[in-house]
Amino acid sequence: MSNTMSTSGHAGFISARMLLFWSGIIALCAWVLVPIYLVALGALGGRAGAYQWPKNLLPNDISLQPFILFLKTEGVFQSFLNSLGAAGITVALSIALGAPAGYALARYNFRGKDSYRLLVLLTRAFPLAILALPLTVSYIRLGLYDTVLGVGLIHTVLALPFAALVTQGIFLGVPRELEEAAWVFGCTRIQAFFKIVAPLALPGLVATAVFAFVISWNEVFAASVLTVRHRTLTAYLLTVLSESPMHYRFAGGLMLILPSVVFIFAVRRYLFAIWGVSSK
Amino acid sequence: MANIVIDNIKKSFGAFQALKGVSLTIKDGEFVSLLGPSGCGKTTLLRIIAGLETSTSGDIRIGDKSVIGLPPKDRGLAMVFQNYAVFPHMTVYENVAFGLRMQKADDARVKKQVEKAAGLLHIEAYLDRYPNKLSGGQRQRVAVARALAVEPGVLLMDEPLSNLDALLRLEMRTELKTVLQEAGTTTIYVTHDQTEAMGLSDRIAVVHDGRIEQVGTPVEVYNHPATRFVGGFIGNPPMNFITMPVTNGQVAAGSQRFAVPAQGGEIVLGLRGETVERAPTGQGLDMEVRVAEPMGSHLLLTGSILGQPARVILPATETVKNGETVGLALDPKRLTWLSPESGVSYPAAA
Repeated sequence: MSNTMSTSGHAGFISARMLLFWSGIIALCAWVLVPIYLVALGALGGRAGAYQWPKNLLPNDISLQPFILFLKTEGVFQSFLNSLGAAGITVALSIALGAPAGYALARYNFRGKDSYRLLVLLTRAFPLAILALPLTVSYIRLGLYDTVLGVGLIHTVLALPFAALVTQGIFLGVPRELEEAAWVFGCTRIQAFFKIVAPLALPGLVATAVFAFVISWNEVFAASVLTVRHRTLTAYLLTVLSESPMHYRFAGGLMLILPSVVFIFAVRRYLFAIWGVSSK
Repeated sequence: MANIVIDNIKKSFGAFQALKGVSLTIKDGEFVSLLGPSGCGKTTLLRIIAGLETSTSGDIRIGDKSVIGLPPKDRGLAMVFQNYAVFPHMTVYENVAFGLRMQKADDARVKKQVEKAAGLLHIEAYLDRYPNKLSGGQRQRVAVARALAVEPGVLLMDEPLSNLDALLRLEMRTELKTVLQEAGTTTIYVTHDQTEAMGLSDRIAVVHDGRIEQVGTPVEVYNHPATRFVGGFIGNPPMNFITMPVTNGQVAAGSQRFAVPAQGGEIVLGLRGETVERAPTGQGLDMEVRVAEPMGSHLLLTGSILGQPARVILPATETVKNGETVGLALDPKRLTWLSPESGVSYPAAA
């Protein structure tokens, strides 16, 4: 009798734990998903849906109208491509430059290593607003003003410090002995990097790429200041949406959120891998 | 297959001298252990031989060719690392095949060599698995197979058994000896475990404080340590050191007399604990026993001889009580005499 009692008590404890566990998960998901859902609702629910209160959980009449309208708006598609281009340049450059810096920080001891690390981080402490005017002037002189490349470059400057420091941690996570084993068994340093270090660091490098992508995608200030006609999506929307009806703004907002979400979803396996959780 | 000549290698890390001029010649096919406590420089020496570390000065020749300045891959050697360093993103097969693939060996040769090495180390059953599905002992086998598959001129091993549990270590030690004897590869084996060094090696180089204190066969090193350090480091219990007065070139231990290589003053007797025999008190050295521990296979006595701490081993058939004084007869052929000032031993009497 007492045995069954304790068993059921034990089961009760477990279910209480499970309840807590799942409510935690639900709360965390809601934290992220509810705002996105509301934005989606506003975007897809049409003009009436955007102003309705209280909100329905499901849109009463789904219409892609504002969305299509939004996409058809002059400049939106082009600025979307501009954003992708700038983010692409940012990802490529911050990995190409940041990963070697991170590797050097992880593997070699050199004088001023700590100051270098601090210096890298300090570049982010410098407010971009002060730089806006001189930057614009130099950009005009260099012919970079109002180009996707120019925006990509300035976004690289923003993403590079993080890329260097994050990849440092990733390369530190690849045991040095593995690399030494590769050297002993016939690899040059470069071969060892590509055969051993790079595959093992790949999940972390992908995560760094995501990070660079998101930094570029979300950045408004520099993109607004440095472009006039070739705006990125964020900069373009900032100017256009302030004069638009509500449901139209929601559609724009969704357009801004979705690519990041889709991108992170696509590389989630690698993101999980850096936390040591296997998604298999 | 290759011989190795290490010629006056020095290495400094800033102001710290890790190696203070090390010379050692290793014959083709020989198994030499570098034995010493942690921080003595033995791993640094191995890494310099491998080319993973640069020496400050000195020369290393492998197969009569100087390898100073050559990258590790051009030195014709293979290495087994302390943490195995098995590549986690490759199957066991690809791990073992790695060195051969880098040599651009054709598939038939790779297959033949991998199967041969896998057979030697009994890992045929796991060739398709990834290392994270293997136990420590199995990974160790993979690491050794990977090294043997390339048929290296020289095999370097850096404390390969230290991460295994005690039982597995004993098993792998025996197996390594069999496998390496079969392969006949020149091997340098770094360890701080004297039983490993004693059991595996043709010769042992005892490293202490950046220098090689003694090179010799396990039996030589054990019976006639060149220095006090070697005697104290090798053997369990370590060698006893008893300072004794010398009169007219002789040392008296009870009624026993020994001619020693000194005329007067004092000399240090290096005494292996198991070389004594029980005798009536006063006949040899008398030992005041503090603790007697019957170990089953033998009886371990801890106490003092001539007021100096000592440990002695008697046959398990003897019975000694705590606090008792026992007489110990010495075997003149198995004594080592050392200078009390320098701690260096006098050459064994011919």
